[in-house]
Amino acid sequence: MAYVAVKGGERAINNAHAWLAETRRGDASVPDMTLPQIENQLARAVDRVMGEGSLYDRELAALAIKQAQGDLIEAAFLLRAYRTTLPRFAHSQPIDTARMQVERRISAIFKDLPGGQVLGPTYDYTHRLLDFELAEAPEEVMAAMAAPDHAAMPRVPDILGEEGLIETNRDADREPGDLTREPLTFPADRDVRLQALARGDEGFLLALGYSTQRGYGGSHPFAGEIRMGAVSIEIEPAELGFAIDIGDLVVTECQMVNQFKGSKTVPPQFTRGYGLVFGFSERKAMSMALVDRAMRAAELGEDTTAPAQNIEFVLYHSDNIEATGFVEHLKLPHYVDFQSELQNIRRMREEVARTAEQAAVTDSVKVADQSAETTTDTVPSPSLPGLTRQPALQRQGAGCRVEPGNDGEGGVGHSFGRLVSDLANVPDPAKITDPTGGGE
Amino acid sequence: MAVLARADGETIGELLAQWGDPPGFTRLRGPESGLVMVRGRTGGNGAAFNLGEVTVTRCTVRVPSERGGGDYVGHAYVTGRDERRAELAALVDALLQDPVRRDAVRSAVIEPLARAQQQARDLVASKAAATKVQFFSMRTMRT
Repeated sequence: MAYVAVKGGERAINNAHAWLAETRRGDASVPDMTLPQIENQLARAVDRVMGEGSLYDRELAALAIKQAQGDLIEAAFLLRAYRTTLPRFAHSQPIDTARMQVERRISAIFKDLPGGQVLGPTYDYTHRLLDFELAEAPEEVMAAMAAPDHAAMPRVPDILGEEGLIETNRDADREPGDLTREPLTFPADRDVRLQALARGDEGFLLALGYSTQRGYGGSHPFAGEIRMGAVSIEIEPAELGFAIDIGDLVVTECQMVNQFKGSKTVPPQFTRGYGLVFGFSERKAMSMALVDRAMRAAELGEDTTAPAQNIEFVLYHSDNIEATGFVEHLKLPHYVDFQSELQNIRRMREEVARTAEQAAVTDSVKVADQSAETTTDTVPSPSLPGLTRQPALQRQGAGCRVEPGNDGEGGVGHSFGRLVSDLANVPDPAKITDPTGGGE
Repeated sequence: MAVLARADGETIGELLAQWGDPPGFTRLRGPESGLVMVRGRTGGNGAAFNLGEVTVTRCTVRVPSERGGGDYVGHAYVTGRDERRAELAALVDALLQDPVRRDAVRSAVIEPLARAQQQARDLVASKAAATKVQFFSMRTMRT
């Protein structure tokens, strides 16, 4: 049992909440921030919260950001919690990104392509110098206009596909898996992986995508195409029996074109990684496409050596709501757990002291009590071959404290727990008498 | 429905009021908010996957026919949580099924909304066109 009910904190908690509400509002002489202000002027934050909260609703995301004082993971958590209160009416027809109202569309592999390179409202060519005019009330600015051409804008991999130079995506004859309905199981198919990535933490995916570029599972990617804009959502309600258009939402799509794969029957083709996220979130869409491709290593017959290629590792750690829950639960009362740890360490110390006494008697050499304590720093590492050979895993084990039986609530079904317990039969810390052999 | 789904409730209400006195209606279901799971396709054209959910409000209303014949049932599903919009969209959907009212409602409500939405789309397209890279101008500069 991990937690023990503790009474007596109620007033403190209520007062903490009251203080939180006051600090959220901040200086009362500063005007209160409205939701439309957040929706419009912090739109990228709204996009991120909708993506990681896995719920597209700009107004709710703005409210969540306001309530969480701009803590975007907390805001995504609020959206995830809110969505559980609503019934699901239907699922949409798959959105057609080829029919997007494009606001931005670029390709890094073809200069001239049908529909052209449309930069859109990008930061790419800004100088990253602070603009102090924004600190004042800035003048109203208007975007430039030009006569729109209504040329089709085919997706770039589709252009490559016409020549058979890139692998084709096949439709599946089954309903896609849904993480909101069924728990994550392995092996996880690509549909489930893409859903997990689409709601995954931007920072985590960015770091993993970056790691593939630096050589940890690289596949030589090119940004085949990035496009952003509004797509229409169609559903087919049972009572109508035909599809209806229920509105637009903005998505960002990234098509990575990666190095080759061929076989005896299929000549070499480019392979692909795919990213699709809510809102204007190019960094995340690109990272998602890199990680999606990296996770296909085994499918494409590549060695799986890097973290980004390890499907379990990626999917178990991409969700920042789960991650923050498990990391932050450490601050909840573990009084009983810790009492048992205290008993353990006292018993271990007593045993060490007893052994030292016996040695002193037999040796007739006096051993100072302190030496037993200071050996912790001077004695070389005990023989735990698995741990010393794999320092990275040792660090994970030490940081995570999810050994089965330690907390009781954490390790089961959790890959860290499994990794650690697999390691070189790490001895149970409670049974170790050597003070340096605690495993952590 | 595509037009109504992109209009805001207030505007639909104003246009309906301009058209005439909107008839009384009975709510058969809702308006109620819920979710639709949005799907994408792998690579844009492959197997479907679940991208994430969107808030949707639905409503079903019944409107008596103007000639006192059968009733008309209107359905609406619109993204977002605006119940007024869903209700008015369902009402307009019912009115559009009544042959007596159809043309008048279409020209009084749907067409102005569709025009405004087309203008908004054109505006975005114009701004996007202004950021289109004109590589040929670089070529002309070099020669």
